[in-house]
This record gives sequence, C-alpha cells and structure tokens, in this order.
Amino acid sequence: MDDDEDVFKALADPTRRKILDELAERDGQTLFEICARLTMKYQLGSSRQAISQHLEVLAAAGLVTSRRDGRYKFHYIDTAPLDHLTDRWRRRDPEET
Amino acid sequence: MRITITSVLVHDQAEAERFYTEVLGFVKRHDVDMGGGARWLTVVSPDDPDGTELLLEPDGHPAAKPWKAALVEDGIPYTQFSVDDVQAEFERLRALGVRFTQEPMNMGTFSTAVLDDTCGNLIQIIQLHPPTAETV
Repeated sequence: MDDDEDVFKALADPTRRKILDELAERDGQTLFEICARLTMKYQLGSSRQAISQHLEVLAAAGLVTSRRDGRYKFHYIDTAPLDHLTDRWRRRDPEET
Repeated sequence: MRITITSVLVHDQAEAERFYTEVLGFVKRHDVDMGGGARWLTVVSPDDPDGTELLLEPDGHPAAKPWKAALVEDGIPYTQFSVDDVQAEFERLRALGVRFTQEPMNMGTFSTAVLDDTCGNLIQIIQLHPPTAETV
C-alpha cells in the first residue's frame, strides 16, 4: 500500500521521530518551538528550513497536521496512520486457525 | 559603543503604549510628537529606568508587515525580555488575557515562553536558572 510506504518512509528518519516525540509530549507547537526543542533537548542543529521539510514529509504521511489559528500556525500529531500499519502481518490469529 | 535603544515595530502606537505599560509593566520614558501622527515613544523597565529603551516604532514601511506576519506564522519571537520567573509571569499575563504561542518550557539552564504583544509581534520571555550540581 502506498499510504503505508509514506508512513514507513516518514518514520525511518530519526529527526522526524524526535519531532513526533515532542508533539506527543505537547501537542500544538509552532515551528519555532519544535526547532527550539530539537536544538535544546537533542542538540540537533538542523536549520528551520530542514525542520520545515521534515514536517512536510510527516504531513504527507498524515502523521502531522497543521492548523491555522488566526495569525498563528500550530502543528499537531495524528497517530491514525499508525493504526493498521502492522495488520497485514498480524492478520491471522494463530488460535483461530 | 553602547546599546541605548532597540525597537519593536508596532501597528498602532497608542495600543502599543497601553500593552507595553499596563500589561507588560514597562514605564514610559520618552513621548515626542514627530509630526504626521508618529511619536518618538520609548519605554524602559521599572527595574532599570536608566537602562536600554525600547522604541515602539510604527510599522508603516511596506516591508514591515509581511516581515512581521512571516515571523508570527512560524512562531518566531524577534524580541526577548528577561524575567525572574517565567511561570509566574506566564500566569500573571494569561490572567490579563495575553495570548501565548509557547507555554513555559524548561530548557535546563533556562526557561522560555512566547507571547503575542497584540501589536503584530511575538515576544520571548526568558528566565536563567542558577547552575545546579547537575548542570555544572
């Protein structure tokens, strides 16, 4: 499934996993706050442009949504794409066969 | 060379005067009519009345508004003030209706929060934590 591929690709990058970690800890962050957290907590010196691109990859996979609130833009985690990620390998319950 | 003045670009000087004095708690230092509706309007900290002045500068230049809007969209505070206690200041200001785009965040050696000055800018407040056994 193409959707799964986007999710696996998004999750394959350690910086993107850190972004999700931070949004899971506190949802609804500005780009500035995400950058500040990555720099201070993990000494990740990625540029704002790089983090912005990581957010785009996460958004394309449906793992992050951004909402405008007036003049502000906040980013939120969405774990829905993870729900059925491993179903295809776990579909058959051994006890039922 | 010394830094005596720094500026924030505000969309309305009367509104800025109210927010920076009544809400943030700064004190007006200079207020001179410059003609054309503009004022030379500066505030200082009551804790440091002879210290650096903050000029509340009209943002009428055509490049000013797009620049400010782009910073706000990404949540970038262009100006920073020091406080003794970020959490206490956050609670005081929130009670006054101030909107924060970043709630207090402890970064180890310092804490920050980011607020909207209602004049088109995000302002970061910062508290430096004294070194502890862990951070030394």
